[in-house]
Amino acid sequence: MSLSFNPQGSSWSIALLRILIGWHFLYEGIVKLYNPDWTSFGYLATAQGPLKPVFQAMTSEAVLPWIDTMNWAALVFVGITLILGVFEKAGALVGAGLLLLYYLAHPSWPGMAQVNTEGSYWIVNKNLIEAVACLVLFYHPTGSLFGLPRILSKNKTTTKTELS
Amino acid sequence: MSWTRREALLGLGSIPILGTVWWAGASGTVGKKRERETILEQLNIQPSLPNAVPAIGGKPVRVGIIGFGIRGEQLCRSLGYATDEWIAAMEEAAAEAKKAGQPFTALEDFRNQEPLNVQITGVCDVFDIRAEKAMRSFGTEDQPVKRYRTYKEMIQSGEVEAVVIATPDHWHAPMSIEALKNNVHVYVEKPMTHNLKETYALKEAAQNSKAAFQVGHQHRQTLSFKTARDIVEKEILGHVSLITTNTNRNDDNGAWNYDIVPQANAQTIDWEQFLGSAPEIPFNKNHFFRWRKWWAYGSGLSGDLLTHDYDRLNCVLKMGIPKSVMASGGIYTHRDGRNVPDVLQANMEFPEFSTGSTQKKGKEKGMTFTYSASLGNGFNRPTMLMGHDASMELGNRLTIWPDGGSTRYAEMLEAGKMSPQSPIYSYNPAASALDGVSSATSQYFADKGLMWTYVDGKRVDSTFLHMREWLSVIRNGGTLSCGIQEGFDEAIAAHMTGLSWKLGRRIEWDREGQQVIPIEGVDLDAVLLESPPGVGRLEADVVA
Repeated sequence: MSLSFNPQGSSWSIALLRILIGWHFLYEGIVKLYNPDWTSFGYLATAQGPLKPVFQAMTSEAVLPWIDTMNWAALVFVGITLILGVFEKAGALVGAGLLLLYYLAHPSWPGMAQVNTEGSYWIVNKNLIEAVACLVLFYHPTGSLFGLPRILSKNKTTTKTELS
Repeated sequence: MSWTRREALLGLGSIPILGTVWWAGASGTVGKKRERETILEQLNIQPSLPNAVPAIGGKPVRVGIIGFGIRGEQLCRSLGYATDEWIAAMEEAAAEAKKAGQPFTALEDFRNQEPLNVQITGVCDVFDIRAEKAMRSFGTEDQPVKRYRTYKEMIQSGEVEAVVIATPDHWHAPMSIEALKNNVHVYVEKPMTHNLKETYALKEAAQNSKAAFQVGHQHRQTLSFKTARDIVEKEILGHVSLITTNTNRNDDNGAWNYDIVPQANAQTIDWEQFLGSAPEIPFNKNHFFRWRKWWAYGSGLSGDLLTHDYDRLNCVLKMGIPKSVMASGGIYTHRDGRNVPDVLQANMEFPEFSTGSTQKKGKEKGMTFTYSASLGNGFNRPTMLMGHDASMELGNRLTIWPDGGSTRYAEMLEAGKMSPQSPIYSYNPAASALDGVSSATSQYFADKGLMWTYVDGKRVDSTFLHMREWLSVIRNGGTLSCGIQEGFDEAIAAHMTGLSWKLGRRIEWDREGQQVIPIEGVDLDAVLLESPPGVGRLEADVVA
């Protein structure tokens, strides 16, 4: 078996990564959407790091319901776009942005208390890794390999042929 | 246009994935919610709402303050009066907290407190500096605050309708009795009395007086405790056989080593009046500011902190005075000349008491209430009510876990709808409030639900609610949450514990005769006030 770079294999791997990240986002979003008692209050109120005042300001009564809604809506948006492969670049960017916010709310930096985390982290944690993975998805769209664009692009090709 | 099967799979295959994940998330969440709702419907717990209190109408209630130390100042803030010094200190603390990005809401909470129709018109304190502080901070040109040299002078002046008593314990009863005899309303700090004789006497005085009498167990206003009462009444816990309550504090303030004010001396303090019925000793600053450490003026853990835990449970269970008490402990962590124990364990027996039974009739009856305290360790041990069907953690929050051996929940446990590891009920009225608690001691009180309660998710000082209720009853009549019967129960339970610790034996209560059963050859009241042999030194002036 050849160990040299295999463009097809890497594209398929990225497509698989896209589905898994989409899966992760969608499930998180759906669980929040269907649970009316869910709130990001605890997560925001215990925020640490340089943006702590920003996150804590989000816990005010007037703002919190909006933050909660935007959070699940963004999660579901990223989930749908990444799984289906439509607007996948937008989905990847929003996903990376969300993950960076989560990372900054509870950074795994030395001197900061690690609350509710499984495993051990120093600076790098899973949020950061997943954010970078979203960056990869942004630069390597794979919707035309697996996802709705595969059909849509075929349609386009067919139309072009008919017109010519 | 023709699609191969492969093209269709790769093009449309993502749709079933999306659908599956969506379905899994939605059905799991909704299913769990439905299961929870079924359990909650069965439990039918009604979270309590605050009592509607009739308005304090008419002219402001004229209040006199007797004892303007640490607690006296706190009580005045609940009435809406803060000293200049406190406001300055809080402004500074708020600025520091802001810099550090910490929440700090004490000053804001005070300023947002609903104004009470009350006017502080007099103060009585044996320490000049404190009396003058009250006069300067609370008095205005039109309405000065008058200083009275003695409590009798204040009560008999006809110028105050009500008094707030926040003195050392040995003064609580004489002052309350004097006020009640003169039909002056009383709000007295806990413990209500300092020995047995005056507990019986104060009960009689309160029953014969037209004045309203409230003991300062402000946690009776805490909503979670009222909800807990509903839980017990619905027999959700089954038969409660054991209650464990605790005190864990590990700081100077928590061990009653309060600051000694530099201006204190024999000229600025009326030492003789401070001593009152206490043994005569020369002027002693340590005793004056840290009086909680000596039986002559205070009552240590049993009177000072056990009373909180006992009354919290008496408020939820209404179990009354224990049939017997056994206590042990010692001075193990602060050997600084004090003669009250700083580690104490008390077991109170209630052999006739039951919170209801789900088992065979007659199988279950009786309960032990355990209080375990250390002033040398700050680990938070929760208050637990342990029943045959469930356990409940009681504080500002409530959490209930079903018991693995429960009769009531056996079917649900069997079906996997409940598990002993997962709470079946959790009540957290503070869920949407961000709190700023400053010191270790105030955190201790806050966790226990002693400092404040939550109304519509907003933090409210429970002492304010307790005071408001008292003032409302003064103007409109009605029942007080912590009147003479509740105070009597609390004081007797505390004194039985103190006696048991000092005598090293079981102390029993005679329910018919309404008295602590005498012990031949022992003067119980003398024992209660004396320094136990070989413990502490009354003449000591050790400043830790």
